[in-house]
Amino acid sequence: MTLTHPSRPVRPMPKSAFETRLLALAARWETALVVILVVICGLNTAASPYFLDLHNLFDSTQIFSEKGLLVLSMTLIVITGDIDLSVASIIALTGTFVGFLALHGVATPWLVVGGIAVGTACGAFNGGVIVRFQVPAIVVTIGTMSLFRGISYIVLGDQAYTRFPESFAELGQGTLGGYVPWEFLIYLAMAAVFAVFLHRTVFGRDLFAIGNNAQAARYSGIRVQNYRFLVFTLSGAMAGLAAVLFTSRVGAVRPNMAQGWELEVVATAVLGGVAIMGGSGTIPGVVLATFVFGMLSFGLGLINVPGIIMSIVTGTLLIAAIATPIVVRRLRLALERRREGNPRG
Amino acid sequence: MSVKLHFGKLAAATILAAASVLGASLAARADDVRIAMVVKNLGNGFFDAAHEGGEEAIKALPGAKLIYTGPTTPTAEGQIDIINSLIAQNVNAIVISANDPDALVPVAKKAMARGITVMSFDAGVAPAGRVFQLNPSKADLIGRKQIEMAAKTLGGKGEIAILSATAQATNQNIWIAEMKKVLAEPAYKDLKLVDVVYGDDQSDKSYREAIGLFRKHPDLKAIIAPTTVGITASAKAVTDQKLVGKVFVTGLGLPSEMAGHVHSGAVDTFAIWNPIDLGYTATYAAFQLATKKATGAPNSTIEVGRMKSIAIDASGEAAMSEPYVFDKTNVDKFAKIF
Repeated sequence: MTLTHPSRPVRPMPKSAFETRLLALAARWETALVVILVVICGLNTAASPYFLDLHNLFDSTQIFSEKGLLVLSMTLIVITGDIDLSVASIIALTGTFVGFLALHGVATPWLVVGGIAVGTACGAFNGGVIVRFQVPAIVVTIGTMSLFRGISYIVLGDQAYTRFPESFAELGQGTLGGYVPWEFLIYLAMAAVFAVFLHRTVFGRDLFAIGNNAQAARYSGIRVQNYRFLVFTLSGAMAGLAAVLFTSRVGAVRPNMAQGWELEVVATAVLGGVAIMGGSGTIPGVVLATFVFGMLSFGLGLINVPGIIMSIVTGTLLIAAIATPIVVRRLRLALERRREGNPRG
Repeated sequence: MSVKLHFGKLAAATILAAASVLGASLAARADDVRIAMVVKNLGNGFFDAAHEGGEEAIKALPGAKLIYTGPTTPTAEGQIDIINSLIAQNVNAIVISANDPDALVPVAKKAMARGITVMSFDAGVAPAGRVFQLNPSKADLIGRKQIEMAAKTLGGKGEIAILSATAQATNQNIWIAEMKKVLAEPAYKDLKLVDVVYGDDQSDKSYREAIGLFRKHPDLKAIIAPTTVGITASAKAVTDQKLVGKVFVTGLGLPSEMAGHVHSGAVDTFAIWNPIDLGYTATYAAFQLATKKATGAPNSTIEVGRMKSIAIDASGEAAMSEPYVFDKTNVDKFAKIF
């Protein structure tokens, strides 16, 4: 067997049941990600004496918890064959709204509710335009990427909202027992919910069906447009939640917050094994990919690698991880073809 | 079969190993006084010079080690991640030039709670997040100096515009406010500020903004760019548009980047404090604080080696010196230094 990207079906082979299952496990993309994660953690431990420290490891989860939330909903969107490039801008708009409410003395629970509501509304706007006017999602969300952040720039200009209630700060800065950040717990809980939703419900199965062939899905009675609207709305809600956590953690809102996150989020989903053309992907895969990127940047940060080098390393990892299985498969096919063409050889 | 499986792992491992080796040599011993200088972004000539000053201070201080770091793009988020990893490394002191005065406060507080000395230089962190702020100069002097330079070049009258960094840049906004105060004085009543634009400290955007100013204001006589990126982009725009002698560029720039523009005539005078001195002073002061040789409290002073001493005022800020003016008589000499 070879490493198999989940977009390609594993080729069946006559084997004993146990052996087949073992091979299938070894060939799963998630297994490769676990190996990559272990290698990264091993190298981090070797490179820095500060890596294997419970306090530091839990602190480091704050690097990726907010982005991880966005990756979860992005996974659903990419599986249905769409993309949402406006998530980072939704964070800016939502953050601005939350900051505005906080400035006017709104209490913490309503800041959270209000933030998620604005995010959801942004997502519904995306979904509505995409479904109602049948405009490709990439076009609509590139538009709203500028639109949502633009509104934030109009409201704030060169100003910032920096006054938040103490209890609000606890959400993004507080920890359980002095170690586990609330943000990380929220992320893990959402990941579990998404995993069940995608892999254990009819709704989840339908998303895969749409991504593989939207036309066929429609003829099988799946309400494709309703589903698309829903996943974009869900993406907005998750961006709203991420914005609430981000705002709470940083304690300041400026219109350039979370700039460029959309590409990191898409890259993480792709590394997690989500086929960019839709139809396949798993939540465990993207969660692992989120950890891979998180631990990689934490490790590189610990040895003070400059950000420019860090981008090069993460970019190279992404290309290598995606390209290696494809190259290996090509090589194998070429070998087989040569063998078939020359039976004596 | 298993050979193929290992191929993928091996490729990933090789890349990671190569990446780790790059940084492994930077690991320092625990008994050193490790001072981390966190700048707005890497690849910025001003901070490269500050780094050089920091290294000079380290040589004069026994047991001191310098970690020079910063994000790729000038964002507060990037700096927060970096400061978190410095906290994890348990460094002794962090010296920050902040991309956002407020957003860095929670993480800076966390660092101080873990016993790390935090101070800011160049662009300050809000008071709750640092011991004291080292200003390269005083905001009023910097604002005034730039208006004086423009007034001198233009003979005291004409339309001027400001091309700044980002709309959120802390220090640029303070200087612009000071410039507006100076312009309100009777001596400068014939200088008319017609526009303030933002080039986001990116060469291409600053260049486009400068061209936009020429189009929008045909009678423009001078651009004041209080940023090293903006001033070179503006000077290049003046040269490219063949406006040398008609529009003058002034502001804050690095001699090495400005020498050509001074000789071409696009720039008459510009100013800057010495970033080498600034990096030296900041690093030296951080060492004094981390080793408890100074408190950094309001109304105290800190001995800073060859820069003598700096006085911290009642609001917890200290000024290093006045900005220094360069023209064609002295720019070449300093261009060799920074």
